[in-house]
Amino acid sequence: MAENGTNGTNGQGYVGTRTIRPDGVDKVTGRARFGADFNLPGQLIGKVLRSPHPHARIVSIDTSKAEALPGVKAVITRDDFADQSSEFIPAGEMMMNYRDVVRNVMAREKVLYEGHAVAAVAATSTAIARRALKLIDVKYEVLPHVIDVVEAMKPGAPVLHDDLFTAGVEPKPDKPSNVAKRIEINLGDIEAGFKKADIVIEREFKTAPVHQGYIEPHAALASVSEDGSSELWCCTQGHFIVRAHCARLLGLDIAKIRVTASEIGGGFGGKTVVYLEPLALALSKKAKRPVKMVMSREEVFKASGPTSGATVKVKMGATKDGKFVAGFAELKYQAGAFQGSPVQPGVFCAYAPYDMENVKVIGYDVVSNRPKVAAYRAPGAPISEFAVESVVDEIAKKLGIDGIQLRMMNAAREGTKAAYGPKFGPLGLEETLNSIKKTEHWNTPLRKWQGRGVASGFWFNIGGETCASLTVNEDGTVSLMAGTPDIGGLRAALTNVAADELGIPYEKVRPIIGDTGSLGFTFLTGGSRSAFSGSMAIVEAAKQIKAELCSRACKLWEAKPDQVEFKDGAVRPLGALAEKVKPMTIADFAKIAGKLGGPIGGYGRINAQGAGPSLGTHLVDLEVDPETGRVTILRYTVAQDAGKALHPAYVEGQFQGGAVQGIGWALNEEYIYGDDGKLQNAGFLDYRMPVASDVPMIDAILVEVANPKHPYGVRGVGETPIVPPLGAIANAMEQATGIRFTELPMSPPKVLRALKEKAAKS
Amino acid sequence: MARVVLIGNLAQLTGGVAEFNVSAASVKQLFDRLTELHPELGPHLQEGVAVAIDGQIYQETLLEPIGPDSEVFILPQIAGG
Repeated sequence: MAENGTNGTNGQGYVGTRTIRPDGVDKVTGRARFGADFNLPGQLIGKVLRSPHPHARIVSIDTSKAEALPGVKAVITRDDFADQSSEFIPAGEMMMNYRDVVRNVMAREKVLYEGHAVAAVAATSTAIARRALKLIDVKYEVLPHVIDVVEAMKPGAPVLHDDLFTAGVEPKPDKPSNVAKRIEINLGDIEAGFKKADIVIEREFKTAPVHQGYIEPHAALASVSEDGSSELWCCTQGHFIVRAHCARLLGLDIAKIRVTASEIGGGFGGKTVVYLEPLALALSKKAKRPVKMVMSREEVFKASGPTSGATVKVKMGATKDGKFVAGFAELKYQAGAFQGSPVQPGVFCAYAPYDMENVKVIGYDVVSNRPKVAAYRAPGAPISEFAVESVVDEIAKKLGIDGIQLRMMNAAREGTKAAYGPKFGPLGLEETLNSIKKTEHWNTPLRKWQGRGVASGFWFNIGGETCASLTVNEDGTVSLMAGTPDIGGLRAALTNVAADELGIPYEKVRPIIGDTGSLGFTFLTGGSRSAFSGSMAIVEAAKQIKAELCSRACKLWEAKPDQVEFKDGAVRPLGALAEKVKPMTIADFAKIAGKLGGPIGGYGRINAQGAGPSLGTHLVDLEVDPETGRVTILRYTVAQDAGKALHPAYVEGQFQGGAVQGIGWALNEEYIYGDDGKLQNAGFLDYRMPVASDVPMIDAILVEVANPKHPYGVRGVGETPIVPPLGAIANAMEQATGIRFTELPMSPPKVLRALKEKAAKS
Repeated sequence: MARVVLIGNLAQLTGGVAEFNVSAASVKQLFDRLTELHPELGPHLQEGVAVAIDGQIYQETLLEPIGPDSEVFILPQIAGG
C-alpha cells in the first residue's frame, strides 16, 4: 500500500479482498430497479417520432391530428425547446456544444441521420402513443447524404452544417465543410527520425462504427409539478450531468430538478449524454402528469451512441536492433451528425505506450449522416492504437524479435516524455509485458490455422469533482453515499475503503448512490474515475469522522488532543489517560451522539487530481476456420496495471469485460448502411456482439504499480482493457493466416475473401 | 520562471508561438499572464483545458501551485467513457 493517511484501523484489511457485492442479492432476486422499472401513479407513456431520412430539411411539422387523438396528453417538437447559443462544455470524452445538443435531442432545421428525433408524444397507453406518432405530418425536403468518413471529407460531399468551418487550419476556410477540426501534435523531428530508420512500415487501416452495446436500453421517468419542481429517474452514468443538461435545455434552475440514477445495465460511455431525459421532462411539464419513456433496441442503435468509424494511416520507423525512431499517424474519425469525435484522445494515445523521440500525429474530426457518436470506453484510443500495434507487430516479425521483447525495448516508463507533452510518472507497462511472458499461455504450442497475438494499450484516466458521505447511524453502522452511479463495482470498492478507514466490519457499512439533491455536484462515472475519485472522497469523509470522534473524546475525557488516537475502530486514550478511561468505539459514540453534539458524519467534497495512466498487455490465441472464415477465440490473457485493486474481483471483471468488447469490435461488430443511408442491422440478431459461448474464460493478471498520488495507490482500470484487443487479434490473425488484416471487423465474409485472394495469388 | 508549452491547436492563437517562460505561482496566475500576452487564448483557457505541471495532469483547477522551475504543458481536457 502506498504511503498514505489511511489507518487500516482495525487491521481487517478489506481493501484488496473480494468482499461480497452489496448489490448482489437485489440483482439476483430481481429486486434491483433499472431505468424501465420505475413507475408512478397516473404516468403517461412517451414515444418519439424519428426521421426516416438520413439527411433532409424539415419543411413543416403538423401535430394537430395527433393532439386531437383521445388519450394524447402532450405533443412536443422543436418549438418546445429554446435554441441554444454556441457554447462548448466538457462532456464525456469531448467538448459538447449546447447548440448541437438541443438539435440532437430534437431536430430543428434539418434531420441529420435516420432515427433523429422529430417529435414526441405522451399518451395514456403505448398503443395510443404509437397511433399518435403516425398522425404527425412532417414534410421533408430530402437532401443528399454521406455516411463514410472519407467520402464526407471530399470536396463536393453533401455538407451537413452550413456554419461549420474547419478549425485548426490556416488560412481559415471560407467555405463550410464536414471537417470540423484538424489537430496535430509533434514531438522531436519526424523527418530526422525516419532518416535514422533501417526499416519503415506504412499501412492504412479502417475501423467500423460500433455501438457500446449496453443490454439496458435508455429509459427515463419524469414528473414535473405545476411549480416547475421536477423529478427524474433514469439510467445514466452521471445524474448530475443529466440534471445540468436538462436544466439548460429546459431553462430551469438546477435546484428545481432532482435526478435519481437507477441501477444501470451497462453504459460504457454511451450513457454520458441525454436523449430521452429532456423530452420526458418537457412532455411531463406540458401534460402535467408523469411521463415514462423507454427506447426500443432499434432506437438505441439508430439514435444513441455509437463510437466512431475511422480511417487511420500509420508510418513507423525502427532501427535494425528494434528501436522505434519515428512514428507518424493520420486519423480521420467520424463524429456522426455533430462535431465532437474522440479523435483528440486518439491522437494523444496512438504512440503513448512507447518511448519515442520523434512523433507526429494529425487528426480530423468529421461529421456525417450517422447518429452523433458518444463516448465508448477509452474513447478514440482503441482505433489509433489498433493501427499502431498492428505495425509494431509487423516490425517485430520483420526484425525477427518477439513482440513482447520489442515492446519491452521501447516501453514508456517513468520519466518518458509523452508525445502529448508531459513526462510520465510511474508506469506499469513493462510489468504487464513481463507478466504475460511468464504465463504458460505464452509458451503453449499452436497448431495450423491457429495464431497468437500480443498488443499493449494506454489510457490516461481522470479524476474530477466528486462527493461522498459517511453517516454514522444510531447503532454504529455507517451509511455510505456516493454520487457516481455504480457500473463496475463502485459500492463494493468504496465499502472496502470505508470499512478499513473506520475500522468496522464490511457488513456494517451500507452503500447507496445518492440522488442529485443529496450530495454536491459529482462528475459522471467515466474516464475510469469513479473508484479512484470516490475512494479519495471516502478517505476524506472518514478523516472528518475520526477527527470529530477524537475531539468528542477529548471533551468527554477532559483530555488534550495528543492524549488520544483513533485506531482499530475506536478512540483510544494514550499514556496515563489509558489508566483512567476505556477506549470508545464508533458504536459507543453513536449511542450518545446527541449528548455530545449531535449526529456524526463526514462529507468528502473534492476535485480529485493525480489520476495515473493505466497500461495493459493482452495475449490472445485464436483459430481460423478456412472453410467459413469464422474465427474462434481459444484463449485470452489480460495483464494490466491497476495501481492497487480495491476489489480484485471487480477489477478482473473490468479486464474481462473490456477484452470481450474488444473481441466483438475486432471480429464482428459494425454498423451496416444501405445506399439509402439507412442502418440495416439495428438489432442484436444482425449486429453480432459476442455472447458467453463465443469467448473462453478471460484470464486476468493484476499488476500493481502504485499511483503515488492516491492514498491507496489506485489507478483507474475500466477503459484500458478495451484498447489492446483489436491489435492483439489482428496480430494473431496474421500468424494464423499469413494475412495482415487492416480493416475491422475481421468478420467471416472478409476473412474468407482474404483467404481466397491469397490462395488465388499463390 | 516556469517553462510553458501549448499542445495541439492552441498555438494557432498565439501566432504559432508554442513555448513561453512565465512567472506564475498558480494555474490562475498562469492563465492571467497568458491571456495578457495573447487575449485570444483567454476563452480557451477558461473553457476547459488540462494543465500538466511537472508531469502531473490537473483539470478544472485554478489553485494548483506552479514552481519557479516547473515544466507546464497546456493541453485539451481529457475525459473518458
